[in-house]
Amino acid sequence: MTEKTAPWRPGGISLSFGCVLPILSVLLAIIVIWYLAAVWMNATWVRDQAARADAVLTAGDLIRQTLTLDRPVLPAPHQVAAGLWDGVAGQAVTSRRSLVWHGWVTLSATLAGFAIGTAAGILLAVGIVHNRAMDQSVMPWAVASQTVPILAIAPMVIVVMASAGITGLLPKAVIAAWLSFFPVLVGMVKGLRTPDALQLDQMRSWSASPAQVFWRLRLPSSLPYLFASLKVAIAAALVGTIVGELPAGATAGLGARLLSGSYYGQTVQIWAALFAAAILAACLVMLIGWIERLTLTRMGLAR
Amino acid sequence: MTAIQARDVSLTFPTADGPVHALKDVSLTIERGDFVSFIGPSGCGKTTLLRAIAALETPTGGTLTVNGMTPDAARKARAYGYVFQAPGLYPWRTIAGNISLPLEIMGFSRAERAQRITRVLDLVDLTGFGGKFPWQLSGGMQQRASIARALAFDADILLMDEPFGALDEIVRDRLNEALLDLWKKTGKTIGFVTHSIPEAVYLSTRIVVMSPRPGRITRVIDSPLPRDRPLDIRDTPEFIALAQQVREGLREGHSYD
Repeated sequence: MTEKTAPWRPGGISLSFGCVLPILSVLLAIIVIWYLAAVWMNATWVRDQAARADAVLTAGDLIRQTLTLDRPVLPAPHQVAAGLWDGVAGQAVTSRRSLVWHGWVTLSATLAGFAIGTAAGILLAVGIVHNRAMDQSVMPWAVASQTVPILAIAPMVIVVMASAGITGLLPKAVIAAWLSFFPVLVGMVKGLRTPDALQLDQMRSWSASPAQVFWRLRLPSSLPYLFASLKVAIAAALVGTIVGELPAGATAGLGARLLSGSYYGQTVQIWAALFAAAILAACLVMLIGWIERLTLTRMGLAR
Repeated sequence: MTAIQARDVSLTFPTADGPVHALKDVSLTIERGDFVSFIGPSGCGKTTLLRAIAALETPTGGTLTVNGMTPDAARKARAYGYVFQAPGLYPWRTIAGNISLPLEIMGFSRAERAQRITRVLDLVDLTGFGGKFPWQLSGGMQQRASIARALAFDADILLMDEPFGALDEIVRDRLNEALLDLWKKTGKTIGFVTHSIPEAVYLSTRIVVMSPRPGRITRVIDSPLPRDRPLDIRDTPEFIALAQQVREGLREGHSYD
């Protein structure tokens, strides 16, 4: 007897008062701690400056100055927000100072890498499920690939591909794919194996071919697992792309923005790029979550 | 005309604790149009026998023919429809879509599929439910849909493995009645595995009583009941006597353990 599936209810983020209050308090606490930390970490520099100028520093001066430095050790939240706003809305999107432009460079490589990684993960999973030799040989290699630090691999990929004349989007996409194929592989192997003995017996009783079993039973059954993996994979692809932008003096992308910020001590720029990356990741994961809900609800698989 | 013939069929599963004799020297002939029930305690091999007929298991000894062919050939010739213990409907397909599934696999045209779906939905009294999804139907209706699916490609043998085992008694009574009706209308040969003595006696023209360790047939009882059976036939002396015989057969099989 299959269980009765309850009709899907839009869960996710329901903004009732009882839910918003804890979130807001945590957010508030973080901001307060951040401001305190900014004052504390930037105080040394401000005191030094005051001592050199023989100026007397009141507590109010200290706090005001620590929160408005050009190159603070830790920028205050409002400085990061201003930096982020300026990067997104204050520049022409074609400008090298625009976070939209850098974000697009990163996003395009992320999406390309995600597509390659997802395709590779699905193909390997199909192979593993249908072929005994692959079942026993592929997984250890896949696991091994993920235990190598991506920071060590990334420069090699960039350099090797550059020496072959390939630069720009593709090397970064390869690194993104390296990170994102793995969750898809694991999820799809599990998903393609969810059909139980009864469902497979049914297919046999109809003399279905392996291809028919795959397209009509295994693939649809695996979709909930696929979507769960895709959310992990897209975030991993973004991390891979940013790591791919760090070496070899890349000049474009959020990773390059992080790097140049750290070269020139532009801490506000670093933090703004960091937040831009986090917001981008959140949007991508939410987009996949939305497609997931749409698809699974249509298929009657949403729980 | 013989539909299914088993001669000295044995089936042994190798396990870690040594071989298990699921079936030993089972011989049985099922004529076309018969309604044959297999009854016995769990482990008596009744499901294994049904699965062997359906070529879902391969006997390790003896010969088994279905419509004069090997079970494998018979399956490819669509000789049988199989109804499992659970409906096993795909949640992402509507009822009509689920019935369409074996038809798609077997390569029926779209028009042919639509026409067959309408016919079998009517046969199991689910007309109008084709567009519903499985979760919108009760357990009994889901199992009826799965019977419709097994009927859709016109196999002349219907194999049913405890199809109503998970349903409550009231629904079960209704489905038994509906099944007899369907059997009369279609004239199919039905192999029916069950735990329930009244169910076996009510439905069958022949009752095969089996016993475990090793799985074998202890008795084959031909039913004297007429083919027309209202539900209240179960209160007649003939019915009660028949149930008594089945009970004795079951006890025989247990006598030495």
